[in-house]
Amino acid sequence: MGKIEDVPVINGEGFQLSVLDKVIATARANSVWPLPFATSCCGIEYMATMGSNYDVARFGMERMSFSPRQADLLIVAGTISKKLAPILKQVYEQMAEPKWVLSVGACASSGGIFDTYSVLQGIDRVIPVDVYVPGCPPRPEQIIDGIMNIHKLVKTESLRRRYTDEYKHLMESYNIDSNE
Amino acid sequence: MSRLTLTNEGVLETLKNQFGEAIISSETPYDLLTVEIDPAKNTEIIKFLKEEKSLDISFLTLLGGVHYPNDANREFCVVYHLHALVANFRIRLKAYLPASNPTIDSIVSIYDGANWQERETFDFFGIEFKNHPNLVRILNEDSMDYFPMRKEYHLEDATREDKDDRFFGR
Repeated sequence: MGKIEDVPVINGEGFQLSVLDKVIATARANSVWPLPFATSCCGIEYMATMGSNYDVARFGMERMSFSPRQADLLIVAGTISKKLAPILKQVYEQMAEPKWVLSVGACASSGGIFDTYSVLQGIDRVIPVDVYVPGCPPRPEQIIDGIMNIHKLVKTESLRRRYTDEYKHLMESYNIDSNE
Repeated sequence: MSRLTLTNEGVLETLKNQFGEAIISSETPYDLLTVEIDPAKNTEIIKFLKEEKSLDISFLTLLGGVHYPNDANREFCVVYHLHALVANFRIRLKAYLPASNPTIDSIVSIYDGANWQERETFDFFGIEFKNHPNLVRILNEDSMDYFPMRKEYHLEDATREDKDDRFFGR
């Protein structure tokens, strides 16, 4: 502490007034750790998004989290078969709050061209989705646009979103226990 | 050592001599000997083809199912593709089953490789393989309550709601 006492302090400098919610929200939005759940060609596009040309590191997202425990954003890129659906749901349930979901591409959003007995017709049948990115597959620019929309949500949502009635109701509708 | 050579006629003759009535008919599309067999004799015939020294047809290339919904009492077909690796000779066996009781003996005791393929055929066509060690679904989700490759079921997912036929070209 001795050193700080040596520095002359002038009133008004060295501090900033703000709303704590917004400071935290900005910090969160600029360090969203994504969990890529990539199963097919959309996953390749997301890999391009991660790479040096498109570079999600610009948004503090270079740290891919392959453990759902340390992830904030679940990026589902690709066809999800019905057999995989419970696994996807389990991965989502293992993520700690706050958490967001980005659905990349036609298959994850609606089943896409795979309108067939074995394919889940959109991941929103098993988990809630925040942002949908259309395309088959979407270009990296579109994925980044989806990420920007996630950032907007992260910046503007209440820090305690999980305590709101809407959120609890949403989780209940998916049979997910939000108090875990 | 002389190389073993097999011909369509020779193998068919051997089978007919050995099994008589159980060999129902035969054809040779694209020069591939295709024999319709009595489904009750499938294990005997496949075992004979494998163990008979003069044939040595000892490799199971493929086992699969077919659904012919319009053929009364022979709606289901189990197809076996076998290969004699030494003589490089291929043969196809077909056993037709009625939809009322699509059951046939498992050949896992002869070819271990049939284990997966019989499970898969059960999974998609509902053909029961008697004495299979573990006849449960293998590729589809366990909760599925029908056999999707049977032709009475639509290919499209029955639970779809958001895909309006007007926009999806059906």
